[in-house]
This record gives sequence, structure tokens and C-alpha cells, in this order.
Amino acid sequence: MTLSLAFSVPSATDQVWSVGQLNASVKRLFEKHAPNPLWVRGEMVQCKVWSSGHWYFTLRDKRSQVRCCMFGLNAARAGKPPADGTEVYVLGRPGLYEDKGEFQLVVSRVLPTASVGGQQQELERVKLALQQDGLFDLARKRPLPKYASTIALVTSRDGAALHDVATVTRKRWPCARLLVISARVQGDGAVGELVQALRLVNRIPRLDLCILGRGGGAREDLAAFNSEAVCRALAAVRVPTISAVGHETDVSLTDLVADLRAATPSAAAEQAVADRREVARQLADLTARLAGGLASRSRLAEEQLARTADRLHAGVESALQRDRHRLERLGAQLDALSPLRILDRGYAVPVGADGRVLKRRAEFVPGASFRLRVADGDVAARVESP
Amino acid sequence: MSSIADELSRLEEIVRRLEADDVELDAALALFEEGVARLRAARERLGAVELKVQTVLEEAGGDLRYTDLDG
Repeated sequence: MTLSLAFSVPSATDQVWSVGQLNASVKRLFEKHAPNPLWVRGEMVQCKVWSSGHWYFTLRDKRSQVRCCMFGLNAARAGKPPADGTEVYVLGRPGLYEDKGEFQLVVSRVLPTASVGGQQQELERVKLALQQDGLFDLARKRPLPKYASTIALVTSRDGAALHDVATVTRKRWPCARLLVISARVQGDGAVGELVQALRLVNRIPRLDLCILGRGGGAREDLAAFNSEAVCRALAAVRVPTISAVGHETDVSLTDLVADLRAATPSAAAEQAVADRREVARQLADLTARLAGGLASRSRLAEEQLARTADRLHAGVESALQRDRHRLERLGAQLDALSPLRILDRGYAVPVGADGRVLKRRAEFVPGASFRLRVADGDVAARVESP
Repeated sequence: MSSIADELSRLEEIVRRLEADDVELDAALALFEEGVARLRAARERLGAVELKVQTVLEEAGGDLRYTDLDG
């Protein structure tokens, strides 16, 4: 008796749970069991859209069903709920609605299975069309400018891509100018806005580069970047382009059309602008080479000048030498003509008192004195008789 | 205003010509002076610290309107 009583009422040592504690505990179990969202396939029925924007619906197959809810933000992105009974994939986390103790799937995405098949087909069609038009050709790829200074960024004004590109650019090349052309990058209207933005890029003067970017997101968000219109508008951009749609693994068609694919917007910015520190080093190197270049050029000039001076000196020297020989020759000739050399041979010259040379008999007056110049001097003389 | 790319490629050319021996001394001096001026300009450009971020919108008349963005 006491035994059965012990089973029918809690004993002093038993822990008594509140309902809230129980639900919270089971909720944690779910979270531990499936920490990441799961794709679940089923038929979507009884969808109610609340005024808050949340969707509540049931997902079922032949055997089972599960309650689902999708909250406002995700629901707004999804547009209108598919028709009752549509087969869908949903991405959601299994969980417990604690207030009511109800098991449910908190859904972030709903995709009609037919549209996924359709999307895949459309992707293949666009890919083939672009390929046939040569838009993926490597020969089309343009090199990026080495020192881009004006960069267009086509992305969502509110997305992470803008922040990431601005941060990296600010660090590497703060003298740049970043022009943001805002466009929705997913959902209805994204294709049209992206095409318009890319056309606007072509009207911006003195542009060096264009980045088409988007922050990370789910795969179906890439739809706009796989659209034919966006790909063709990107191919028509007249400056080099980088596609950075924020997906490491998935490749979008704009990645194939752009001149360069970057894994993330940050990586795009790294490729887009030079590094200021690198250019500063380059300038230092140029400064040294400039100074060195002038120094070596002046040294060369000095050497040339020295060589010229040597040649000049040698020239003058040889000219002088030539003149010296000529002078000696002239001196010798002059010497040969000197009258003093004739006196050496025994001739004498009579010179009158007035210093004139006496050449005729009449000039010798008897009794007059004159002088006789001989080789080594002169002697006194007198005329005896006529 | 010429771009930093133009500045750098002209500087490269100046240095290459100075390093070649066949340039006249007068020309070398002129190149050196030009090089110094361009180096100074390039350093000033590089020293600019504020990245300019602007949005571009097309106005009703078709003109482009540039608006500064903070941060």
C-alpha cells in the first residue's frame, strides 16, 4: 500500500518541474539535436498570413504532418504564399513553441519544388546563351588597372558589401573615391534595378573600375546574379569589372562574365586598389634612383669635361711646339743675313763722323778722320791724301 | 589632375632616362627637377587620408547626382 502511494505522489526527494521548465528543456533537446536549419520536403497546406506578416501553415506527406511558421522578415522576402497543396522545400529549424508546448518548424525559406527545377533549367539556358555569345571567353577578360582611384560599387545600400568594400579600401588606398550605385540584390525587382545600376555605371566619367557585389546569403539569393539581363549589362560595362557576390562555393554567372571573380566583397576591394604602403615603398625607390641617376650623370659630365681639357691642353702644346720650331728656323735665317757675319770674314766698314757708311772716293776728305768697323769692334783712321 | 598611375609611369620613365648615359646634362637636370616635383605631388596624393564615399543617383532630368555618404 505504502509502495503504491509512493508511486502516486511525489516524494520529498523527487524534483517537481514546472510546465515552463519542461518545455524549455525539450526545446533545448531539439536545438541540440538539429543545431542547423534543415531542408524538408512536403505539401504546404492551410497557410494563414497574419496581419503581423507571419505565415502559419502545415507541411505534410502521406504519413505525417508538422506545424510550420515563417516570421515577417523572411515571409516578406518570399512574397506571396504558394497555392494550397503545392509541393515545396522548406528550410527550417525544428523546435518547440514553449507557450503551447507545440512541436513546430521555424521556417526561413519556402521554395516550390517545381520552381527549383525550373530555376535549374533557366540557369542552364542562360549559361548556354551567354557561352555561345562568347561572354565567358578568357580573351574578353580585361586586366584591372594597377592604380584604380575612382571605383563604382553596384550593391545594396544597406548590405554588408558596401561596408566591407569601404573598410578595405580605406585601409589600402584612402585617396580613392568610392561611388555607390544602389540596387536591390535579391527578391522581386532586383534584376531590373541591377541592370539599371550597371547602365548608370557607364555614364560616370573618369571611372577606373566597377565592382558588382553582395554580402553572403542563401543560394537562391543568387538568382539575380544568374539572370541573363544582369549578365549582359555587366558585360557591357566599359571599365574592368569584378563580381563579388559573397559566396565561396557557389559560382554565379556574373562571376563568369566579370573580368575577375572575387570570393567576397572584401577580396574584391583587395584586388581593386593598390596598397598605399607598397606605393610608398615604390616612391622611396624612385627617389633613390632619381638622385642616383643625376649623380651618375654629373659624374659622367665631369669625366667628359676632364677628357676635353686634356685634349685642349695637348692641342695647345703641339701648336706651341710647332711655333717654336718655326721661330728657331727664322732666327737662323735672320742670323745668316746679319752684316756682322760678313765682318767675320775679314771685311771692314768705314763709318764717317756723322755715323754714315762711307761708300765713294769723294766721301774721303784728306785729313778727315773716320772709324773702321771690324768684326770685334772699330778702330780710328785718317785719310792721308787723295 | 593626372592620376597616380600617370605620375608613377612618368617617374619610371624619368629615372630610366636619367640612368641611361646618353642624355644631355641640361636635359638631365630638367628631368631631375621634374622628377622631384612629381615625387612631391605623388607623396601628397598618397597622404590623403579620407576615403570619399558617395552615392550616385540619376535625377529626373537624366543628370547624375552625387551625395556624400558617412562612414
